[in-house]
Amino acid sequence: MLEIKNVSVIFNKDTINERRALDNVSLVLNDGDFVSVIGSNGAGKSTLLNAIAGNVTVDSGKIYNNGYDMTYEKEHKRSKYIGRLFQDPLKGTAPSMTIEENLGLAYSRGKKMRMGFGVRKSDRPFFKKECEKLGLGLEHRLKAPVGLLSGGQRQALTLLMATIETPELLLLDEHTAALDPKTSKQIMEITDKIVKENNITTLMITHNIKNALRYGNKTLVMSNGKIIKILEGESRKNMSIQDILDLYSQNADSLSDSAILG
Amino acid sequence: MNFTTVMGGIELGCIFAILSLGLYIAFRILNLPDLTVDGSFVTGLAISSAFTLLGQPFLGLIFAIIGGALTGVFTGLLHTKLNMHAILAGILTMTGLYSINLHIMEDKPSLYLGGLPNIFDGLRNKVIINGYDYGMLIQLLIINTIIILALYLFLKTQIGMSLRATGDNEEMVRSSSVNTDLMKIMGFGICNGIVALSGCIYGQYTQTATVGVGTGMLVLGLANIIVGETLFKTRGIFNHLICIFLGAIVYRLILTYAFQLGLPTSDIKLFSAAVVILAIFIPSIKPRYEKWRKKNARD
Ligand SMILES: Nc1ncnc2c1ncn2[C@@H]1O[C@H](COP(=O)(O)OP(=O)(O)OP(=O)(O)O)[C@@H](O)[C@H]1O
Ligand SMILES: [Mg+2]
Repeated sequence: MLEIKNVSVIFNKDTINERRALDNVSLVLNDGDFVSVIGSNGAGKSTLLNAIAGNVTVDSGKIYNNGYDMTYEKEHKRSKYIGRLFQDPLKGTAPSMTIEENLGLAYSRGKKMRMGFGVRKSDRPFFKKECEKLGLGLEHRLKAPVGLLSGGQRQALTLLMATIETPELLLLDEHTAALDPKTSKQIMEITDKIVKENNITTLMITHNIKNALRYGNKTLVMSNGKIIKILEGESRKNMSIQDILDLYSQNADSLSDSAILG
Repeated sequence: MNFTTVMGGIELGCIFAILSLGLYIAFRILNLPDLTVDGSFVTGLAISSAFTLLGQPFLGLIFAIIGGALTGVFTGLLHTKLNMHAILAGILTMTGLYSINLHIMEDKPSLYLGGLPNIFDGLRNKVIINGYDYGMLIQLLIINTIIILALYLFLKTQIGMSLRATGDNEEMVRSSSVNTDLMKIMGFGICNGIVALSGCIYGQYTQTATVGVGTGMLVLGLANIIVGETLFKTRGIFNHLICIFLGAIVYRLILTYAFQLGLPTSDIKLFSAAVVILAIFIPSIKPRYEKWRKKNARD
């Protein structure tokens, strides 16, 4: 269970550029929740994920994972139990290393460094089987450098790497946004399958409202550093894209109101 | 070029191949040129010479590697913990090392090691064919083989793979629970340990130690790597290491030939710098020419 309590993140504090990217945000994710996050540009979605992953330090508030206070834990320590994917398919893999070496690195995540080869003979059948699940034929190219793969293939591999050692949390930041519509759909399907099969607690940022409502069991709507709405169950099912767009613009109005009122 | 000159060139090539194999870790694996090597080469040379003067050349070899590795660790700490640019960190270490190296050499700018026990004594005058003593070459080849195999195997281990990934995509490694700072410090350590070994062997081979000999070692090491990569384009770590070894020998033979043609020894650094510049420039000519051709064809 992930608990976020009154978390605020302020960039450029005490300057004229001060920006409250997260404003007193509280949120509870139950185990196995697959939550999509939507909101207009600059709403604070990425900052929320960065605060959880630890590459942004929070200014106030607490973050607990299964009751453990991880608010100030170092990024590389958290990544033992957090898997991450970004928009840029180049970010998640080491291009000059082979597919199996990349998987070998991912597979060792969170375990103690051991002596011996990074890719053991006994790992190969397992890696092969995992690649087969993606349905992209990567299982035949285990010894090819990752730099030769297409963006979609790299993103699928990154997803596999993030989940090959089942993480307690999976954070996806617009991970299909840089792909063409067909590949994007393919990666979404794979994501859904992996998350469901392993029951991984997941936060997924997307600008695709249709996907946000279709995949997962909850949807957060963010605006101005706040979570303005949590959709689940019946109310989420009955939401239309237009309803969401209305939510966005209502908030844009209240924003300009407050701007006028100071 | 007579036979002895060529053989001498190959032997020196083998010694500087070791330097380049070490530099490969910083320059190609971590993607960070490490200027420490100009200092750590002499640190290895100085430590091993000091021990040789005490009659312990093999102990000197071990401490040379350790000393060199420590200089690299220091640069790594400056780079990662003080957020210094890798080049500045290397320059600072190298500059400081100049004095330390001098102290190790008992404040003498040069030492003569002739007539003292030497690590090459084992095979000296044992393998003589047609009047040439191959003992030195055999031992140098053995050392290079060991280093190439050790580096290859190391880079395939889990730690080695984390090191490679750190140079390849640091952000990814950080988000996969590996401490990248530690990886970089280790990489610099290994690089300079091997460079110091090459300095130690250089001293044993020439039987002299000069404190100023380190200047331009980074560029020399780069020249070896770039010549090797340009001549023998290959893929994969093992092939890459072999390329560097061969590149070092070819480069040294080119230098030897240039000396024969009358290149003054004082111009050796200028020559190395020119080779690195050319080796980087030549591959960029073709695309430029193509662009120029297309542009003019249009007009
Ligand atoms: N490192 C930073 N320094 C200063 N300001 C930042 C930084 N990162 C984010 N911000 C600001 O914080 C606010 C929230 O940014 P964030 O990246 O979380 O938005 P987002 O919801 O992910 O938007 P998008 O949909 O465009 O990705 C923005 O106003 C942004 O300019
Ligand atoms: Mg964002």
